[in-house]
Amino acid sequence: MPEASPEVLSATHVLEYPYTRSVGPIIGRFLTALRERRIEGVRGSDGRVIVPAVEYDPVTSEPTGDFVEVGQSGVVTTWAWVYQPRPKHPLDQPFAWALVRLDGADTAMLHAVDAGNPSRMRTGMRVRVRWRAETVGEIQDIECFEPEDPA
Amino acid sequence: MTEPRTEPVRKIRTPIRLDYTMTAGEAQSRFLRQIANRKIFGQRCPECEKVYVPPRGSCPTCGIATRDEVELADQGTVTTFCIVNIPFAGAAVEVPYVCASVLLDGADITLFHLVQEVPVDEVRMGMRVEAVWVPPEERGPTLESIKHFRPTGEPDAPYDAYKDRM
Amino acid sequence: MRDVAVVSFAQSTSFAPDPLRNEVELLLPVMNEAVERSGIPKKEIGFTVSGSCDYLAGAPFSFVSALDAVGAWPPIIESHVEMDGAWALYEAWVRLQVSDIDSALVYAFGKSSIGDTNEILTLQHDPYYVAPLWPDPVSIAALQARALLESDGYSESDLANIVARSHKSAMSNSSAQRTSETSVEQLLSAPYTVSPLREHDCPPVSDGAAAVVLATGDLARRISERPAWIAGIDHRIDSHSLGARDLTSSPSAALAARNAGANQGPVDVAELHAQFSHEELILRRAIGLDNGTAFNPSGGPLCANPIMATGLIRIGEAASRIMDGSASRAVAHASSGPCLQQNLVCVLEARDG
Repeated sequence: MPEASPEVLSATHVLEYPYTRSVGPIIGRFLTALRERRIEGVRGSDGRVIVPAVEYDPVTSEPTGDFVEVGQSGVVTTWAWVYQPRPKHPLDQPFAWALVRLDGADTAMLHAVDAGNPSRMRTGMRVRVRWRAETVGEIQDIECFEPEDPA
Repeated sequence: MTEPRTEPVRKIRTPIRLDYTMTAGEAQSRFLRQIANRKIFGQRCPECEKVYVPPRGSCPTCGIATRDEVELADQGTVTTFCIVNIPFAGAAVEVPYVCASVLLDGADITLFHLVQEVPVDEVRMGMRVEAVWVPPEERGPTLESIKHFRPTGEPDAPYDAYKDRM
Repeated sequence: MRDVAVVSFAQSTSFAPDPLRNEVELLLPVMNEAVERSGIPKKEIGFTVSGSCDYLAGAPFSFVSALDAVGAWPPIIESHVEMDGAWALYEAWVRLQVSDIDSALVYAFGKSSIGDTNEILTLQHDPYYVAPLWPDPVSIAALQARALLESDGYSESDLANIVARSHKSAMSNSSAQRTSETSVEQLLSAPYTVSPLREHDCPPVSDGAAAVVLATGDLARRISERPAWIAGIDHRIDSHSLGARDLTSSPSAALAARNAGANQGPVDVAELHAQFSHEELILRRAIGLDNGTAFNPSGGPLCANPIMATGLIRIGEAASRIMDGSASRAVAHASSGPCLQQNLVCVLEARDG
């Protein structure tokens, strides 16, 4: 019987995919607007404005297609403070994740809020978009949100 | 302000990367450690008595733990093979080259490795081969401790000798 | 409908990260224990189905290697879901409705320790709008936790109470990974991980496996003294768009519970797949459970969370209480996706005769 070594054999392994995704006309239009530093939502079956734009109503599954421009500021509907950002998070310094309902929208979108300090975060507070220096047509064109009120 | 671009966005790049630390598990760790010692060990199923190499700790036929270690020769029979003509970046071997299923003497399943030191069009089913090991200082717990297999020069094994273990 | 019962259940003896054994080696003893306890010879089981996730393993078709533990020769009728094993059990229940077979083996396994589940689970999100921001599961859960705390009169103490109770219950579960006799005050003094959640509000990283054997009608009665009959089972899903949902409720859990008949009798035991403490509060309300029910006597996912097996273990634990006579009626719940997006409810009961 060969000797069983107590040491475990291990090896690192990287799984990497260089995905390029086709976005289709609905998501494509939303991202095209982002590239132009505008935000457009899409109307659901009951007329409510859904942001970000989705291809089918989340409740009725009806296809969407009626676009509406919404504001670049809005209200935080819930948030969570990240004390130790992870490498792939949108910001390097501690920040808040938030669901933000932009002015004119009836649903909220997920993004980061660069508030500097958890004491500045409050459900119901107003935040506005901080655009990336160079926009290309992806969700990260919104670099993050920041509080509307100065500190 | 960026230049206006007239084409709507049709695609986005969403690269992903995930990092893992795989462990070999008990059965494979034992096997790989012995490979570093220039030995090949399979495991035998206590019920059907088949010998599996590389061992995985379980018999895929009976679904029970295989614990009995069986030392195997480092030579065997080519049961099937293919000639690879498509190069890929970083390949250690030049095309064309042969990948073969090698049934080591004493094993009931084959292991996959390179066959070299023979023109590719002379490789055949039944050909007897032996392992060519890397020098001792280069050996480690990896099947790459075996550089490749090469013909022994023995007469071919008859088809009946390996037809049930292809 | 044919009557189907759980007749045996087995789980790993430890769920701590296991650097020594691979998935097959973790699964083999668990599977064989469940089969042995059922009394049905492995080769006579009519259908085999498993739940696991290739992204946990870091390799495609990783679940195929688990068949080494099954011994799939002569060829067997077999299936797999890239889901928690609770959904594999659902498939087995459906398959058993066809009367050509009378038994099924359901298993689930996973090693959360080999990759980083905080990154892996991020990939289940919308690939256009959410995944590129890489929000980890704790962050997403924290968004729901805060929404709940701010809207429904719950406090962080309520979360801590659930954690304290879970850790204490886990002390009588020899498989549990986290156990303690801690107080609400001690728990509340710990720092936030992602506010308002603290580390103990989140599940541990676990490796492990579970297996359940199902049998129909006469076979179940013949081989088990007290089978845990599946009185109802259903699963539903909410929208994947987090901002379009009311995060303080789980309509899909409520609907699944209603369809499974959860409230058609008293519930002695509820095993809930609440990976984060606040989720139990949402589920209690969604399923309609009150303080007359014992919640997660196993300790629940806060004490051991072998992703892909956690939900199946809830069914197994609930069934065990029926089988050992300590409960007459139980509800088991399994969940998948962020913020309780997808939910399965299984109602189990003892029957005379």
